[in-house]
Amino acid sequence: MSFVELFTIFFGVMLINNFILSKFLGLCPFFGVSKNTKDAVSMGVAVIFVMIMASVATCAINWYFLMGHQSNLLFQVFGGTDPSTFDMAFLKTIVYILVIAVLVQFVEMIIIKTSPALYRAMGIYLPLITTNCAILGVALLNDDFAKSSASMEPTFLSYLVKSLVQGVGGGLGFTMAMLLMSGVRERLEYTPVPVPLRGIPIAFFSASIMSISFLGFTGMM
Amino acid sequence: MLTTVIISLSILGVLGVLFGLGLAYASKKFSVETDPRVDRICELLPNANCGACGFAGCNAFAEQLVHGSLDVNTCKVCASEAKSVISSVLGKELVNQEREIAVIHCMRETIPARFEYNGIQDCRSALLVNGGFTTCQYGCLGLGTCATVCPFEALYMGEDGLPHVVDEKCTGCGNCAKVCPRGMITIAPMSRDVHILCNSKHDGKYTIGCCNHGCIGCKRCEKACPAGAIAVKDFLACIDYTKCVVCGACVDVCPTGAIGDYSLFRGKQSAKWRSGLAAK
Repeated sequence: MSFVELFTIFFGVMLINNFILSKFLGLCPFFGVSKNTKDAVSMGVAVIFVMIMASVATCAINWYFLMGHQSNLLFQVFGGTDPSTFDMAFLKTIVYILVIAVLVQFVEMIIIKTSPALYRAMGIYLPLITTNCAILGVALLNDDFAKSSASMEPTFLSYLVKSLVQGVGGGLGFTMAMLLMSGVRERLEYTPVPVPLRGIPIAFFSASIMSISFLGFTGMM
Repeated sequence: MLTTVIISLSILGVLGVLFGLGLAYASKKFSVETDPRVDRICELLPNANCGACGFAGCNAFAEQLVHGSLDVNTCKVCASEAKSVISSVLGKELVNQEREIAVIHCMRETIPARFEYNGIQDCRSALLVNGGFTTCQYGCLGLGTCATVCPFEALYMGEDGLPHVVDEKCTGCGNCAKVCPRGMITIAPMSRDVHILCNSKHDGKYTIGCCNHGCIGCKRCEKACPAGAIAVKDFLACIDYTKCVVCGACVDVCPTGAIGDYSLFRGKQSAKWRSGLAAK
C-alpha cells in the first residue's frame, strides 16, 4: 500500500473510470439536479459525504461478517474448522443497501439536530442518494481491495484505506461531472436548440459528447 | 447447505433488528422539537416562496414571524383572511394594510430603435449592449423579463410590446420591480389610481422626439395638483401616493397624456386607457 498505489486508485476512479462518464452510474441525479450550478455542487458534496461513509461502513461489514476468512467474527465466535462456511458474499448487495440506507438516515437525524443550516444546504439531497447506484457501485467496487492476489495479502487496514480513497475519489469525480454538466446546461438555456431537442434530449447529447471526451483517459492505467 | 441458509438468515435478521432498534433509539434521542405555530403559519402562508419578504422562503418567514418581531404585513402576497388567522395564531392584533399592485411606468407606442438587437431575448442582457436599443433610455425594452419572473402570472406581454398587469392576480410582491433593468415598474397602493405613465428623465425636447406619451417636465400637473402631491424632478413628474387624493386634475392638464387615470378602467389597465387616449 504505497502512496503511488493510493494515488492511482484516486486518480483512476475520479477521471479514468469516472462513475458518471465512464461507468454510467448515478445518471439519475446527473440529469435531475444538473440544471444549475448551485444545486449541482450541493448534490456533489452530499454524494462525496455519503460515498465516504458508505465506503467505510460497508468495508467493515464485509470484512468482519461476509467474507469467509479467519477474521470473520462469526467464525471466531462459533468456531469450526473451515472459515469458508461463513462466506456470505452473495448477501453483499442486500446488506450494502441496508447499511447505506440506515447510515444515511442516521446521519440525517444527527445533522437536523446539530446543524440546521447544514441540513438546509445538503439535507434534501441526502435521502435522494440513499439508494443511488453510484453509492452501491463504489461499495461493491471496493470489494476488489479485499481479495488476495499474488503480489500481496490484504489486511483490514489496507482494505479500509483503499476503500476510503476510492470513496473520496469517486465522490470528487461525481461532483466534477455534475459541475461540468451544470455549466453546459446553463449555457444551453440561452442557446437556440431545435424544439424537439429542448430539455432532456439535448442534455443527453451533451452528456454523450462529454463522455466521449473522457474516453481520452482510457489506457492511462 | 442448511448451515448457509441459517447463517445468512441470521446475519440479515440480526443486522435488520440492530439497525431498526438503533434508528428507533436515534430518532428519539435526536428528535428536534419544532414549534407547532411555525407549521400552522406555514400552511396559511401562500407558499409561493416569492422572496418578497426578504427571507429564503415561506418557511423561513414563518420562523421569523414566530421568533422575531416581524409583522404579518411583511408578506405582501398573503390574503387578508389568512393574515387575520395568522395574527390570531401569533396572538397579535392585525393592522390592516392596503393591497399593493405593480404599475408599469411606460406606454411608448413605437420608439425608434437605435440599432437592431439580436442577442438573448432578456431585458437585462439587452441593456448591456450599449445601454439598450431604444432611443428613450428610460422606457420599456419590451423583452418581457418582468413577465417571466412573476411568480403569479400576473404580468403578460401585450401585443403592443408592453407588459400588462392583471389586477386580480398581482400581489405586489415586487419581483418585477426588482428585475426591471430600467426600473420602470413600481409598487403602488391599490386605491391610488392616478399614475405617471412615463419614466423618462430626458429633457422635454428629446422625449417628444422619441415618444408621443412621454413626460416632458412641463410642470403643469405640479401646478394643477390641489394636494401638492406631484413634484417634477429631472424632467419627470412624480406622484407622492401618500398625498394624492385621486382627483384627476393632473390627468386633464397633461399635454402629452403621460398621466393615466386607471379608476375609469379599473381591471383593464392601460389597454383601455390607451384606446381612450387615441379617441382624444
